[in-house]
Amino acid sequence: MYYALLIYGVEGVYDRLPEADKEHIMKKHSDLQSALSDAGKLGPVVRLIGTSSAMTVSRQGESLAVTDGPFAETKEALLGLYVVEADTIEEALAYAKRLPAKIGSVEVRPIGWAGGGDVTMGDG
Amino acid sequence: MSPWAMVELEPAEAKRQISEGALGALLATKRTRVIAALARHFRDIDLAEDGYQDAALAALRNWPQKGLPHDPAAWLIKCGRNAAIDRLRKQKRLAEYQRDNPAETETGDHEAMLAEEIDLSGLRDDVLRLMFMCCHEELNLSDQLALALKVIVGFPVEKISRALVVKPKAMEQRITRAKKKAAATAASLHTPTLQERTARLNSVCTMVYLLFNEGYSAGGGDRHIRAELCEEAIRLARLLLELFPSQPEVMGLLALCLLQHSRRAARLNDEGELIELGDQDRSLWDHDAIAEGKVLLEKALLRGRPDAYQIQAAIAATHCNASSADETDWTEIAALYLALEELQPSPVIRLNRAVAVSKTEGAAAALTLVEPLGKALDAYLYFHTTYANMLLTLGRKTEARDAYRRALQLGPTAAERAQIDNKLRQLQK
Repeated sequence: MYYALLIYGVEGVYDRLPEADKEHIMKKHSDLQSALSDAGKLGPVVRLIGTSSAMTVSRQGESLAVTDGPFAETKEALLGLYVVEADTIEEALAYAKRLPAKIGSVEVRPIGWAGGGDVTMGDG
Repeated sequence: MSPWAMVELEPAEAKRQISEGALGALLATKRTRVIAALARHFRDIDLAEDGYQDAALAALRNWPQKGLPHDPAAWLIKCGRNAAIDRLRKQKRLAEYQRDNPAETETGDHEAMLAEEIDLSGLRDDVLRLMFMCCHEELNLSDQLALALKVIVGFPVEKISRALVVKPKAMEQRITRAKKKAAATAASLHTPTLQERTARLNSVCTMVYLLFNEGYSAGGGDRHIRAELCEEAIRLARLLLELFPSQPEVMGLLALCLLQHSRRAARLNDEGELIELGDQDRSLWDHDAIAEGKVLLEKALLRGRPDAYQIQAAIAATHCNASSADETDWTEIAALYLALEELQPSPVIRLNRAVAVSKTEGAAAALTLVEPLGKALDAYLYFHTTYANMLLTLGRKTEARDAYRRALQLGPTAAERAQIDNKLRQLQK
């Protein structure tokens, strides 16, 4: 079974953290990534650019409207996500607990179907 | 071994303490909004700043134990309001406040405020009003920036005086004076009409851009870049875009700041001197910032209202797209400078266009653009080096030598001086 670990938090907080906190956070990410990778359980890992850069397409009556900004205005925004393989939701939760979420939260969400994947991604 | 056990787990009971650094960072993201709401409510910037301080201290005491409130900004505003009323009471100014706000009685105010939903949609205008106050037309530019850094950004006076290269004592006095002037305007600032809102937004964008430039090409002092000013300007542009998500001006402004700032690590040599774009190590550019800047610029251009921010951002993006200086699309850059010149005629823009033209059409074509600028840009070192380079390419050695010598009189950095001396030696051969 595959799970998405959806990382939510307040935008702009990471940017203002002291260097030591930033390093601690990056270390947690790299530790989890290498552990999952060694176990052959690591899927794509994504860091999203801020919600102000987003645009949203939605139906308005007969036509499609394109608006600036995210779909929903929320206190916490989706900042990034992991796709991981786990046998149980408990295992997926354990991975989520290893992610830094000092201010924010990680939603563990089972994936129904995933496919595609012809593009090798790196920096935007 | 089951795959489950292959990844070592953290003990489940490991407590997730909110670190002081993280709390401080969260508070900093809310600061401007809270001060803006308090400043509107009390019509008093000092009281708003004090109220925020009290609320932030209360948050640092409460949040680690009780957890984060659902809406930290609303919590801080409510707490800051109560703290400010306490301060008014101690200063014996409460009666005056109650006369102006008859709805709030002394006994019931606490509960009334907690029950009251804070109108967060009004925050947009609150923040805009606070920022607009700081770019009051009676304040000169450096006072505007000082006031913005104090009130909006929250820098201590000491840090502002370092950033703007003014002695702390003088800075303190200037900020106090500027605050008084700004407060006088604040009283008359009602909720803006659509047109007024656009005008306020334009002034505020200009102020943010000037703040960015103050850091990007720092004039006085011993540092060519003051990254902290650039970063704060970028944060203010982000805040504006959050509040006004559909404004192409704000998208262009943020894109421009991000793209310019993306080169910061490559712009200085070991001696702290500026390195020209063509000679920079492009692997040092911040590619995350470039990606974000380019997307924001694309979004802005979709609106079909290109302004000076968007065109300058497009020029910066074109440079960022080239993996080496040789691959720069100078035709595009020349066209963009032409568009910018039509929008904002200026000799410096013409000079920059001429540099692009020299790469596409050659030095002779560029020289006809540069020659008429001699008078306007006589005190501008970059004009003389550019002019001299063109003359040198065309083999007009005597004139080139004169231009390089003029450049030497205009206070070049050691690196610039070395480059000019090198050219002069070349000319003697």
